[in-house]
Amino acid sequence: MIELYDIHKSFEGKPVLKGVNLKIDQGETLVILGRSGCGKSVTLKIILRLIKQDQGRIVIDGEDTTSYTEEQMLMLRKKIGMLFQGSALFDSMNVKENVAYPLREHLKLSEDQISQKVAQALSFVELSGTEQIMPSELSGGMKKRVALARAIVLEPRYMFYDEPTTGLDPLTSRKINELINKLKDEHKVGSIVVTHEIANAFKVADRFEVIKDGEILFSGTSNELKGSKLKFVQDFIKGGTIENAKQ
Amino acid sequence: MKEYILNTASSALVALYRFFAFHWEVAKRLVRPPYYPKLIWEQMDRVGVDSLPIVVLTSFFTGFVLAFQIGYALMRFGAKLYVGGIVSVSLVRELGPVLISLVFAGRVGAGITAELGSMQVSEQIDAMRALATDPIRKLVLTRFFAAVIMLPILVVVGDLIGIFGGMLVSVMNLGLTASFYKTSVINSLVFNDLISGFIKPLIFGGMISLVACYFGLNARGGTKGVGDAVTRTVVVSSVLVFLMDAFITKVLFLLGM
Repeated sequence: MIELYDIHKSFEGKPVLKGVNLKIDQGETLVILGRSGCGKSVTLKIILRLIKQDQGRIVIDGEDTTSYTEEQMLMLRKKIGMLFQGSALFDSMNVKENVAYPLREHLKLSEDQISQKVAQALSFVELSGTEQIMPSELSGGMKKRVALARAIVLEPRYMFYDEPTTGLDPLTSRKINELINKLKDEHKVGSIVVTHEIANAFKVADRFEVIKDGEILFSGTSNELKGSKLKFVQDFIKGGTIENAKQ
Repeated sequence: MKEYILNTASSALVALYRFFAFHWEVAKRLVRPPYYPKLIWEQMDRVGVDSLPIVVLTSFFTGFVLAFQIGYALMRFGAKLYVGGIVSVSLVRELGPVLISLVFAGRVGAGITAELGSMQVSEQIDAMRALATDPIRKLVLTRFFAAVIMLPILVVVGDLIGIFGGMLVSVMNLGLTASFYKTSVINSLVFNDLISGFIKPLIFGGMISLVACYFGLNARGGTKGVGDAVTRTVVVSSVLVFLMDAFITKVLFLLGM
């Protein structure tokens, strides 16, 4: 389980997160909804300690990581895979080398074993045979899937998705949603999905947290979200995306 | 006005703190593995071997022009026999290390900052950290070791090429023979000259690589931010080369070197 307690974060004096609490367990998908700049991606980066919170505690599988050093966090990050909004593929490496990267860093495997694991990961995201292609030659959707293959190749217990379907066509978005659900159903991965696309959010979520002005405005299931009387929540469900929600 | 000065001063202090904090993080990792020897080797090829053409050109023409200027000045006093000695000592002790380091800062330093800056703004550095890799070890230390190893070697090669350039001028324009020139070079250079000419690029190489990595990893704001970071690397590296050169020269002088 990943637990966040009273997380505060400011950038240049401007508060972004003001006392956020949330929990996510293995085998469930939590979707964090909110407007652009409300702190959704910051929450993911704070859990991974890519950014340090100003205040608050983070507990991952019973370990309080609040005062962990960078070296201690390096060990813990192997449990968590992250899909970045822009995919963040290493552009000097081809698809195979990108997916193989965590295997080479952390496991002592032969080249054959690495090739096998890469092939398995690419097969999972339905991109078999693309090993020699460079990231610059991939479409947006393919980049996301290669990045997903790289994130899951070490078989993490948790997955973070930062705007996984933003900018993708509906068919590719559906493919990404299917992969998110497949990871949860087949591998019991606990996932946090950060998005402002409500339609795609409903397709993957077990629970929702809605962030507004740095605080959790709503916490509940899909049906509870749809039945919420909060104006902000109602506006964005009707509007289709959280961007259309009036304040 | 007072507020502007206070804001500028506090920003400068914060920037200086971050700069030294970065160097402390690097220093902590210097003494413990892993070191990624294969990546260091690749970087040595990129920063060293690939820099040879420009180092050769720079050094050759430096020696060439130096011999001309010194030769014609010494001819007025009937002292052109000393051209070989003066060119070689000037190149080995000072001009070789400084000019080649400036070229290194412009070529290698800018390249490092551009590469790391592009990785930073496209979240590749964050991805590296999320994949449980330490970017300081993998990206910074590898380039640091490569620069510290290769810049002195480049300077040695550059010095030899520069001395050769001086020899061409001495033989073709100043009426000296090649063997006389060679003898005067060998007789003029002493061990302390070689030490001075080796210590400087050792320090400059480390300094340039760390400055380049620092600005690259702290690039913000997309392609413009990367461009700004590259400019800062070249300017700061160049200024530091001159400052450190003066400092090292003074220290060596006090040590009798």
